[in-house]
Amino acid sequence: MEKHQIQYQTVHFTLNGKEVEKTVDVRASLTDMLRNDFHMLSVKKGCEVGECGACTVIIDGETLNSCLYLAIWAEGKNIRTLESLVGPNGELSDIQQAFVEEAAIQCGFCTPGFIMTAQEIIETGKEYTDDQLRKLLSGHLCRCTGYENVLRAVKKAIKKVMYKRLGKEQPAE
Amino acid sequence: MRKYTGKSAIRVDAYDKATGRAKYVEDLLPDGALVMKIYHSKITHGYVKSIDTSAAEAVPGVVKVLTCFDVPDIQFPTSGHPWSTDPHHQDVADRKLLNQHVRYYGDDVAIVIAENSVAATQAVRLIKAEYEELPFVLDPQKTLEPGAPQIHEECPGNLLAKSETHIGNYEEAIKEPGLIKIEGWYNTPTVQHCHIENHGVYAYQENGRIVVVSSTQIPHIVRRITGQALGCPWGKVRVIKPYIGGGFGNKQDALYEPLTAWATTQVGGRLVHYECEREETFVSNRVRHSIRTHLISWVREDGTLVARKGEQWSNGGAYASHGHSIVAKGAGSIPQLYPVPNYEGVAYSVYTNRPTAGAMRGYGMPQTTFAVESHTDDICKKLGLDPIDYRRKTLMPKGYVDGFSKNEMFEDTFNQCLDKGIEIMDYYTKFNEYKNQTGPIRKGIGVSAFWYNTAVWPISLESCSVRMIVNQDGSIQFQTGETEIGQGCDTAYSQMVADAVGVPLEDVHVVSCQDTDVTPYGTGAYASRQTYIGALGISKCATTLRRKILEIAHNQTRMPIETLDLVDGKIIRTTDGRVLKTLGDLACESLYSLEDSHHITAEETCQIKSNAYSFGVCFAEVEVDIPMCKAKLTRILNVHDCGTLINPQLAEAQVHGGMSMGIGYALSEQLLFDEKTGKPLNNNLLDYKLSTFMDHPELEVAFIENAEPTNPFGTKALGEPPACPVASAIRNAIRNATDVSINVCPINPHVLYKEFTEAGLIEE
Repeated sequence: MEKHQIQYQTVHFTLNGKEVEKTVDVRASLTDMLRNDFHMLSVKKGCEVGECGACTVIIDGETLNSCLYLAIWAEGKNIRTLESLVGPNGELSDIQQAFVEEAAIQCGFCTPGFIMTAQEIIETGKEYTDDQLRKLLSGHLCRCTGYENVLRAVKKAIKKVMYKRLGKEQPAE
Repeated sequence: MRKYTGKSAIRVDAYDKATGRAKYVEDLLPDGALVMKIYHSKITHGYVKSIDTSAAEAVPGVVKVLTCFDVPDIQFPTSGHPWSTDPHHQDVADRKLLNQHVRYYGDDVAIVIAENSVAATQAVRLIKAEYEELPFVLDPQKTLEPGAPQIHEECPGNLLAKSETHIGNYEEAIKEPGLIKIEGWYNTPTVQHCHIENHGVYAYQENGRIVVVSSTQIPHIVRRITGQALGCPWGKVRVIKPYIGGGFGNKQDALYEPLTAWATTQVGGRLVHYECEREETFVSNRVRHSIRTHLISWVREDGTLVARKGEQWSNGGAYASHGHSIVAKGAGSIPQLYPVPNYEGVAYSVYTNRPTAGAMRGYGMPQTTFAVESHTDDICKKLGLDPIDYRRKTLMPKGYVDGFSKNEMFEDTFNQCLDKGIEIMDYYTKFNEYKNQTGPIRKGIGVSAFWYNTAVWPISLESCSVRMIVNQDGSIQFQTGETEIGQGCDTAYSQMVADAVGVPLEDVHVVSCQDTDVTPYGTGAYASRQTYIGALGISKCATTLRRKILEIAHNQTRMPIETLDLVDGKIIRTTDGRVLKTLGDLACESLYSLEDSHHITAEETCQIKSNAYSFGVCFAEVEVDIPMCKAKLTRILNVHDCGTLINPQLAEAQVHGGMSMGIGYALSEQLLFDEKTGKPLNNNLLDYKLSTFMDHPELEVAFIENAEPTNPFGTKALGEPPACPVASAIRNAIRNATDVSINVCPINPHVLYKEFTEAGLIEE
C-alpha cells in the first residue's frame, strides 16, 4: 500500500495568556492538540464534527468548535479555554459562579463549551432578550438540563458583570 | 433531623465541573494507550463467511486485527439488571464479543488495535468481509409472521418473550348493552439517549487481573458481565467508574467493556482504549424501544370504564439487552393508572434487525403513557367529557394498592397535582378560550397524567450498601456503590448523611468514583432508585455509626450514653445541652489512643422490600400553524409528587431535563432506517433532531410534597418520571387546538401534513 509520510509543523500561539509553541501532526485538530499536548482537559469531545459544541474555545475573541479547526491554524492566534477563566487562587469567574449557583450543571460534559460561549456573550457588553440569548447559545447541545438553568445562569452573569462595569452596586433580588 | 435535606445545597461536584477539572474516562487516559476501532457489519442481516485482514494488518502502527472468528465461543447477556441465580430469570445471553451471524447494520464484526487512531481508522477501512446475506425484518409485528427471517437460532419465531394480564372477564364484560367502544393504535419512535459524552472505556492488565475504566452507570454489574463474557472469574475483573457525561439508561448496559477487556488480553495486557464515535453511539449502543400499542376501551355513556384490552409490540432490535422488562413495566401500568374491573393485556418483546433497544429514561413508560393518555383524551372526545374531570373520576384513587408489589397510593396525589397545574396554567380560561377556533393558526391546551414505580422490588430484591468512615477531624467519608451520573445523587447523599449522622454538610466527603475493588457492592444508577434506596442505606449505616460514636463518647466522657447525642459534629449532653467535645476531638483521641484505639467506621447493607409509586401531571400549550403543518410548544408545566424533596433546586433541574427529552420525543426526535436496506439514515446530531436551546419554551415545574411513608427521608422517584407524560400532553394540546387525534410521535410536519390532509383541514 501507498505509504504516507507524516508531516509535522510547528505552531506558535497564545494559550490562556501564555505564549507557547508545539510541533504537531498537520492532520491534528485543535481539540487534539489542546487535550493531548497541553492537557486542556476542559475541551470535551462529543461528536468531533461540529454538532454538539462541547469543544468550544475562544479564538481571537470569537468562539469556535475546536474540533473543526486544524491545530496548525492556531499559528499566531490568541486561544482561550475554560481553564483561563479561573483566578490565580482558584476563584470562579462570574459566569462560572452563576452556573454553580443556578444548578446549570448536571453531568458537566457540555458545561465548559457552554461557559465559553456565555463568556463571549458577556464580553460583548451588550444586553440581550431571552430569544436572542437562546439563539446565541443554540450551538450547544445538552441532554441533562433542558437548557433552562443554563439560560438563568447566563442572564444572571450578564447582569452581574453589567453592574460591575458600571461601578454600581447590584440591588438584591 | 432535617437541617440539610430539603434545602438547595450547591452540587458537590459543581466547582470541578465548572472549571473543567472533573475527570471523565478520556481525561484519565495515560499516554501511550493503544487505540481500538471496530469494523461494523455493512449488511443488515446475514453471516460473515470470511474476513481478509491482510491489508489492515499492513498499515503501519497496527498492532493486531481480530475478528468474529477469534473470539471466545461464549454468549453473554448485557443488561444492567442485578443478576439472578435462578436460570429462568437470567437475562438472555445472545451475543458474542464479535458476531459471525450479524443481525443489524452496524453489528460488531472485527477490531483493529493500533498505536494511534489514524492507523486504526485506516485499517478498519481496509478490512474486507464476505457475507452471506439474508432477508431482514424491521417491523415488530411482521417479525412474528410465519416465514419471517429468523434472527436468533435459539429463538425461533423471533418472539423473545410474551406476557399476559387478565383481570375479571373481558369477553363477558363487553357484552353489556349500550357500551361505547373506543379503539386506537399508538406508535412511538426509536430514539437515542444522546448523552453528550459518548461511551468510552479503557482496559489493561495488572497483577494478572483486568482493570476496566468505563463510562458506565453500573460498575459492579459491568464487572460481572465482563467476567461472564470472557469466561474468567469475576474477581479477576476490576471496574472503575469516574465522572460520566450522562447515561440516561444507555450506560445501564455492558456496552464495550467486555470487548475492550478482551482486547487487552490479546495484546499482552497493554492498555487499550476504545471510544464510540457519535455515529456508533446512535446505532451500536442501545436505543429506546419503539412500541406499538393497541388499546380498546368499552365505556358507559358517563365514561365509566367497564373493560379494556391492551396489546403491545415492543421492538427489541437485534439483541435482547433488557429483554421483556421494558414493555412489561409499561404493560403493568395500564390497568393500574386507570383501574378497570375487566382487563385483558398482552405484551410481546420481539427481535428485529434494528439496533438493540435497551433501558432509556422512563423504561417503557414514555411509550405506554403516550398510548394510554392519548387514548384517554380520545375517550373524552368521543363522549364529550372534560379531560380533567374524566381523569379525576377514573385515575388511580387514594388508597389503591397494587396486588403484586403491594405499593400503595397514600394520598390524593392526582387531584392535588391537577389542582396545582390548573391554577398555574389558568387552564379553564384557556380551555374555554380555545373552543370553536377556525383560523389557520389555532391554540390548544392539553394534559397528561403519569405513573412511575421507584426501584424494582418485587422483581428483584433491592439492596444498598454504604460505608462511612470518621476522619481524624470529625469529617465523614462516605462511599456507596450507587452512582453519580449527572443527576446529582452525590449531593443528595451528602445532605442525607449530614442529617442522618449529625454532622455539618461541609464535613461530608462523598467518594464519587466507584471502584469495584474498593467500593461497597451496589448495582448502580437505574429505575429512579438512587435517592430512594440511598436514603435507606444511609439511614441504616448512620444508625450504626452513631451508636459507635456515642459508645466512644461515653468511654471518653464517662457520661451515660442515654444522655449523649451527636448534633452538627458535636457531642452534646442532652440533659443540659452542654457541648462535651467535637466529633473531631473524639475521633482523633480515639484513633491515637494508647489504651483503646478505634478507627471509627460503619458499613451496612440494607435490604429493600418495598417500593413507591411516583406520580404527577404535565400540562402543555401549543400553537398550531395548520397550513404550515407546524406545532409550536408555547408553554409546558410538569407537576410532580416525588415525596419530600431532598434538594429542591436539583429536583427542579432533574425535571427540566426529563421535560426536554419529552419535548424531543413529542415533536422531533426519531432514528430513521432505510426500509430497503435496513441502514440507519440519520445517526448523527445534525440529522437527528435533538431539541436545542431554541426548541423549548420556559420549562415550568411545580411539586406536591407528600412524604413517602416507606422511606425515612420521605423521598421517591424523580429521575425518569419527568420524561413520561410530555409527549401525550403535547399531543392532547394539538388535539385540543385542531380536533385531530394524532397517534404517532414525533409529531413533526410530515405527520401533521398527513393527518391534517386526512382530516380535511388542508387540501392535498
